[in-house]
Amino acid sequence: MADYHWPPTDKCSLIGRRISRLDGPWKSAGRIKYSYDVNRPNMLHGKMVFSPYAHAKVVSIDTSVAEKMPGVKAVEIMTEPGKEVFWVGHEVAAVAAETEEQARDAARRIQVRYEKLPHLVSDVAPSKAGEHTKQLAEQTDGNPDQALQQAEVISEGEYGASVITHCCLEAHGQVAEWDGDDLTLYASTQNVSGIPGEIAKANIVSSADKVRVLTPVMGGGFGSKFGADSWGLACARLAKKAGRPIKMMLERDQELMAAGERPSMYAKVKVGAKKDGTLVGWQSESWGTGGPDAQGGAPNLPYVVRIPDRRVKHTAVLTNIGPARAWRAPNHPQMCVITMSALDDLAAKLGMDPVDLLQKNIQMTGQLAKTYSAELEKASQLMDWKSKWHPRGDKTSGPIKKGLGVSMHTWGGAGHPSNCNCVIQPDGSVSVSLGSQDLGTGTRTVIGIITAETMGLPLEAVKVNIGDSKYPADGASGGSTTVGGVSSSTRRAATAALNQLLEKVAPSLDAKPDDLEAVDGEIRVKGNPSKAIFWKQACAKLGTTPITGTGQRQRGNDDLLSSGVGGAQMAEVSVDTETGIVHVDKLVAVQDCGLIIDLKTAESQVYGACIMGITYSLFEEKIMDEQTGRCLNADLEFYKLAGIGDFGDIVVHMMTGPGYDERGVIGLGEPPVISPGAAISNAVANAIGVRVPTLPLTPDKVFAALETKGAVA
Amino acid sequence: MAKKEDPKDPESKSKEELDKKRALRRREFVKLVGGTGVAATAQVLAGHQLASAATTTVPEPEVVGSAKVIGPGPATMTLRVNGEAKKLTIEPRVTLLDALRNHLDLTGAKKVCDRGTCGACTIIVNGKPTYACGVLAIEVADRGGKPGADIRTIEGLAPEGQLHAVSASFVENDAQQCGFCTPGFVMSCKAYLDSHHNPTLEEMKQALGGNLCRCGTYVGVRNAVVQAAMSMKGGHA
Repeated sequence: MADYHWPPTDKCSLIGRRISRLDGPWKSAGRIKYSYDVNRPNMLHGKMVFSPYAHAKVVSIDTSVAEKMPGVKAVEIMTEPGKEVFWVGHEVAAVAAETEEQARDAARRIQVRYEKLPHLVSDVAPSKAGEHTKQLAEQTDGNPDQALQQAEVISEGEYGASVITHCCLEAHGQVAEWDGDDLTLYASTQNVSGIPGEIAKANIVSSADKVRVLTPVMGGGFGSKFGADSWGLACARLAKKAGRPIKMMLERDQELMAAGERPSMYAKVKVGAKKDGTLVGWQSESWGTGGPDAQGGAPNLPYVVRIPDRRVKHTAVLTNIGPARAWRAPNHPQMCVITMSALDDLAAKLGMDPVDLLQKNIQMTGQLAKTYSAELEKASQLMDWKSKWHPRGDKTSGPIKKGLGVSMHTWGGAGHPSNCNCVIQPDGSVSVSLGSQDLGTGTRTVIGIITAETMGLPLEAVKVNIGDSKYPADGASGGSTTVGGVSSSTRRAATAALNQLLEKVAPSLDAKPDDLEAVDGEIRVKGNPSKAIFWKQACAKLGTTPITGTGQRQRGNDDLLSSGVGGAQMAEVSVDTETGIVHVDKLVAVQDCGLIIDLKTAESQVYGACIMGITYSLFEEKIMDEQTGRCLNADLEFYKLAGIGDFGDIVVHMMTGPGYDERGVIGLGEPPVISPGAAISNAVANAIGVRVPTLPLTPDKVFAALETKGAVA
Repeated sequence: MAKKEDPKDPESKSKEELDKKRALRRREFVKLVGGTGVAATAQVLAGHQLASAATTTVPEPEVVGSAKVIGPGPATMTLRVNGEAKKLTIEPRVTLLDALRNHLDLTGAKKVCDRGTCGACTIIVNGKPTYACGVLAIEVADRGGKPGADIRTIEGLAPEGQLHAVSASFVENDAQQCGFCTPGFVMSCKAYLDSHHNPTLEEMKQALGGNLCRCGTYVGVRNAVVQAAMSMKGGHA
């Protein structure tokens, strides 16, 4: 019988190779339909009314004028009078009409009266937030006071990262279509299998099995698309009322105001070391905002480098900036920039190379110490760190100052619950089905590769069915848990199907099923390649009955996957001290993620994360106006994303081979997006001699830093 | 006229002094602009809010002499899309992007910013890369018996089931993740390579500077455009 364990990588023909993503041709030909592209016969368009106030009570909603507008077919109240709205952009009502233009006109004519209530959108200091704070955590380990008293060098500083948004290019939204009591949702979601239950819970259908969710592809989620959302429920209700399909997608300003925020995080840090660089104590008071209800939770500081004696305290500032949602590696980029900046400042005070400081304390990283050490070494080599690094402040003349920075990060991964059916047909065709989804990470391709590798077939021979809630239930794609989950269930399902085929075929090869293997499009006797039968001939022995193999990601420990990765990144920057503009000349990312299924899409994940990291380090910020409570940059003109020419070289190195491959599959979506902020901030400090305390490192903040003592210009 | 000697002429100052002064000036300048920029934005937003609150009636169409005024109701027009004449009845305010997506089911061009910033809706109009969200359909439709603009969308690049060389280079170099920005990139790239046969990578970065990606596929795109440039001219770099 075929063994479900991963084959050694040198025996693999597909796993670990660079393979182009399966849905690439559909996407680059522009023909595949995203939710936003679905046009159903007789379809209406929905638009929403959003609160113009950051905090208010809805007093009354009058839809009578809107209902009589041309083309209007249905209206829906989303926030009942008497209830409060908590941010500008909070959904209040929705309307469906024949055309998008008519729906927009009608939405403007829905008359809402509000009672304005006090709001807070600034997160700069808990002391100024009055009662809008909530202390989330206070923890003391060991004896930090004594440790810091005995420290030979102390560094103190304030660090942080501002609120940013997810800014998915495909806005949140869906098409809802009823057929009697059955609802089909073409939803842009990270959670295909989970949405039906949510719709049933809202009493929109009599049972969850009445709902079918279809998401063959989706245009980005990054943690903001787990739920059906209020607009999903409203769209389904409007479609029911109108008796016609409805498309309702958020407009760009709504997407930036109401579809998710990454919480901010700031901290005052005191960290101490011995003269040789040994870290002895940490103390931090942190705060940040995750919207009106303290979403986001408390950080676990210090990050990665677990200094044993520590005191940490975290306060949530309750604001009306919008709803906090998980943003790729929740809390980690913020914890990372706070910790790694503080350690970098300490290294500067010690007169140490920060890489030496991290290596000196590498045992404090715990289980992954060896990995981190190797990664720092590899990154140093790729950056040519030793020859390029200089102490704080580029002393060369001219306005352009260059510097280097380093950071390390970690993430769990593991695998979410996953179920897979693998079917072998008598004609030799193979399909695998899972209620999973591909966010652009390469999930579809990974599933195909594993199935084809298991069957000894080329990738083209396998059909991958995902993005449909009628397929076996799969977890939501979040926290880098998808690849672990689907890899395990797919490998088990494919092996189970193959073993049934081997049993059928064994007599004709005069062998036991245990002695057979599926390789190179054949079923053959191990060690005797001449005793073989072609795949199609083997499958023909099934007669008229296909084989189904099922696979499930094992509860608890699953020997096909594991958890916990490390990564190290180094940045090289140029800072123009005349304009305050920071340019990332080079970013090196060295990443461990266990067994890699598709090296090409894995590397793309890391490249993408680095670029997303450069973007939030230099450009991205949700800018709020305290007077009006509004977001001032709810458009792509002023909510800045990096363009293709806005950074230099990116070098990616994946840690593979002995020591890594045998750990099994581990997720990769989150980890590489964590370190860029700290690495770039540290490189800027190294260039200009002083710390720019918070991300993004915009010209105004660089100027302010340049005017402090110790700056080079 | 000959240049007079001026003791205040900055050229007469030492270079070091000048550099210092220029640096401060530029820094002050950027600060100043940054500050007023935010204030101006706030005013614009406040104004926008008032304006939208005040817009309660659709303005009556203005009659200028005997000229025929089209709209605000739906008007019939013909668009020349991918070599075919497409007749549709839409309001004059409908953008070319919405006309393609909502009325012709050509959804390769994506709606992302809807304000001419991100490039996801890039198509080729009369040979030029164009943001479809920034053009009204009526502007490029047949008019006065003359055919309208030649509109090319990504669906027109290759027959269904086949890949244009640019699309193929995006696949091979994994220049896409979620893929929502990809058709716009492909069209920008195609339009540029049609008229520039020996581009450098730096020139391509400029040409694609009007397309934004959130997943961060730019490294793949850089590699893809180099390959596309070579394949579109028959393999000569």
